Amino acid sequence: MPKFIGGLHLKENKLTRKKRTEEMPVPKRVILPLRQHIGAPCSPIVKEGDKVKVGQKIADSTDFVSAPIHSPVSGIVIGIVKAPHPTLKECEAILIESDKLMEKDDSTKKRENIETLSKEELRRIIREAGIVGLGGAAFPTHVKLTPPKEKKIDTVILNGAECEPYLTCDHRVMLEHPEKIIKGLQIITKILEPEYCYIGIEDNKENAIAILESKLQDMGLTDKIKVVRLKTRYPQGAEKNLIYSITKRVVPSNGGLPMDVGVVVQNVQTAKAIYDAVYEGKPLIERVITVTGAVKEQKNLLVKIGTPTKDIIEYCKGYTNAIGKIIFGGPMMGIAQKTNNVPIIKGSSGILVQAIVEPEEKETECIRCGRCIDVCPMLLMPTIIAKYSDNENYEKAEEYFALDCYECGCCAYVCPSKIPLVEKIRKAKEEITRKKKERSTK
Amino acid sequence: MEETIKEKRLITTQSPHIKDKATSRKIMYYVIIGLLPATIAGIYFFKTKALKVICTSVVAALLTEFVILKIRKQPENIKDGSALVTGLLLGLILSPSVPWWIAALGSIFAIAIAKHTFGGLGHNIFNPALAGRAFLVASWPALMTAWLNIDGTTSATPLGMLKLEGIKTSYYNLILGNTAGCIGETSAIAILIGAIFLLLTKIIDWRIPISYIGTVFIFSFIFKQDPIFHLFAGGLLLGAFFMATDYVTTPITKKGKLIFGFGCGILTIILRLFSSYPEGVMFSILLMNGATPLIDRFTKQKPFGYRKKEKKETIRKE
Repeated sequence: MPKFIGGLHLKENKLTRKKRTEEMPVPKRVILPLRQHIGAPCSPIVKEGDKVKVGQKIADSTDFVSAPIHSPVSGIVIGIVKAPHPTLKECEAILIESDKLMEKDDSTKKRENIETLSKEELRRIIREAGIVGLGGAAFPTHVKLTPPKEKKIDTVILNGAECEPYLTCDHRVMLEHPEKIIKGLQIITKILEPEYCYIGIEDNKENAIAILESKLQDMGLTDKIKVVRLKTRYPQGAEKNLIYSITKRVVPSNGGLPMDVGVVVQNVQTAKAIYDAVYEGKPLIERVITVTGAVKEQKNLLVKIGTPTKDIIEYCKGYTNAIGKIIFGGPMMGIAQKTNNVPIIKGSSGILVQAIVEPEEKETECIRCGRCIDVCPMLLMPTIIAKYSDNENYEKAEEYFALDCYECGCCAYVCPSKIPLVEKIRKAKEEITRKKKERSTK
Repeated sequence: MEETIKEKRLITTQSPHIKDKATSRKIMYYVIIGLLPATIAGIYFFKTKALKVICTSVVAALLTEFVILKIRKQPENIKDGSALVTGLLLGLILSPSVPWWIAALGSIFAIAIAKHTFGGLGHNIFNPALAGRAFLVASWPALMTAWLNIDGTTSATPLGMLKLEGIKTSYYNLILGNTAGCIGETSAIAILIGAIFLLLTKIIDWRIPISYIGTVFIFSFIFKQDPIFHLFAGGLLLGAFFMATDYVTTPITKKGKLIFGFGCGILTIILRLFSSYPEGVMFSILLMNGATPLIDRFTKQKPFGYRKKEKKETIRKE
């Protein structure tokens, strides 16, 4: 079975793997930050007091690397204010109060004759629908589907690995909408015209593998699109490791991208969002997330983008114990939130509530055991980078390839001295990038 | 209605939010368990003398650590198990005939000088137990080379007997432990039981012991010696599995570990065959400890996808 070097076997805790996705009722109010993607933030095209309909574009940008934002509800814009944000301290956001009518905007309607659409038209539809990578990074999809001419793409991979513990949203979408995912993939292949097409799924999701393989058979696509069964290991879903496991190609370090080896990777939910946009005219206004951990009812939920966490927790009947953390994402790379007022944004894959644990283990001296080096999927030396970071010797930290770290957390997970390695490496990366910017602007 | 949770009531530490259950302390205690078979065998063969030596070395190590940590005002405490391991190891590499104050002084040197003057846990360059023993051998050579048979009569070690009198000890005696030597080094079986335990629990990496022992085996063969004899005689097994695998003083990279083991092997053979000392393990490991920072630097790992391209400008010191 294809696998990569390093990584960890983690307890899966896929508590919600059998729970059918529920649709959460429309929230009273949605908070839509103007920054929900990599690239330039959007500027609002509505103002306070405006009435909006479901699917209406409310913010856009003139930059290429950006994606517009749409209203997931019908109602009134009650303000454009600074609001809490899952990954930034806070961000300017459009607040919309829902009138519960869910009137659809005219731009959202089913489309006929998909086959006649050209590559450019498809890209435009994807852009106009505000689709970004739903695996978490939220990179504008139309940009990924417009690689520079010199980068010839011959392989497209759909990422159905979902290697983080607890999260099952991608799994459920694969089980419940296999045909839409495949049709979305076909749109991607129409645009990029690759030779090879894969859907990578970890082997702890046998039913998803089975259902996709059977759908591909029904649709007569088994020789064009191959489902690849991957060894369940964290972080199998990380782009570089996924590409290596499936194609044995190595994405260059220090700024290399999948397109440098002729590959484009998209998350399975992104593929479904592409289907929704092209076939149904639906922009990205909702997504499936997993709500799990210390909540009374754990669920896979279809939520409107912008739904506040409070409302979601209430829908899940509240917390089970005194809570310690509300994590957006999985336990390995997720971000612990400061308040429960924070909204779901396009890249949010789940809410993991962690009860308070007995006092966190104290950090002690590094004993040079080398476990961090053994598990790093990028073959780095985390303890060395962390030590240089502590001494503020960022030059040396860069020499030890700090910038190649994608913060998967494997090192800090295994460290017996409980050293917050990822935190220290992050600091080094920030400083190195900051100094680089300073020098390039001098 | 779900109330708004304000800041400061939620914990906002950085990812990852789950951690493995292993701790440094647990690792130390696993090492102690791994040393128990050799300890029990040593006490079984050498009786109360051995028990006295080990108890003294352990207590002295713990006391020294306690006092020094207080002086240094460090947050670490003796519960982390590192001083206990050092004390036990030192006891195991002493002859059962040494007076109690030798054991005590060895521990004090090991902890205070070899460990704490270099910065304490994680920062020492040399294996503290071996450094302690080297100090004792240099200062009290006669006392440190007085060996006992299991019946209490004085004797030379198998390596000593081979070098000075050409007498070969039988494999049976070597493996079981029916020979003279350091308290912990005589019974190969006991050492191997502990070693296999540590290998299976992944506490020690196989690279150093296998490359060390393999090198000794091959080179003793090349020099027309009996490789099996060299495997089981002296402190090779105890050294290869319990000293040369000490995390702090050995290379951190996989390649580095292989080089380290190879270096120890070569040095051990050279010292055993061509020097006037019958045994070479202690000095070999100490010398390779000194080379460890260099080995680490030379075996620096390249990241996944590393490409030799036009050197991207690194940030320069302002």
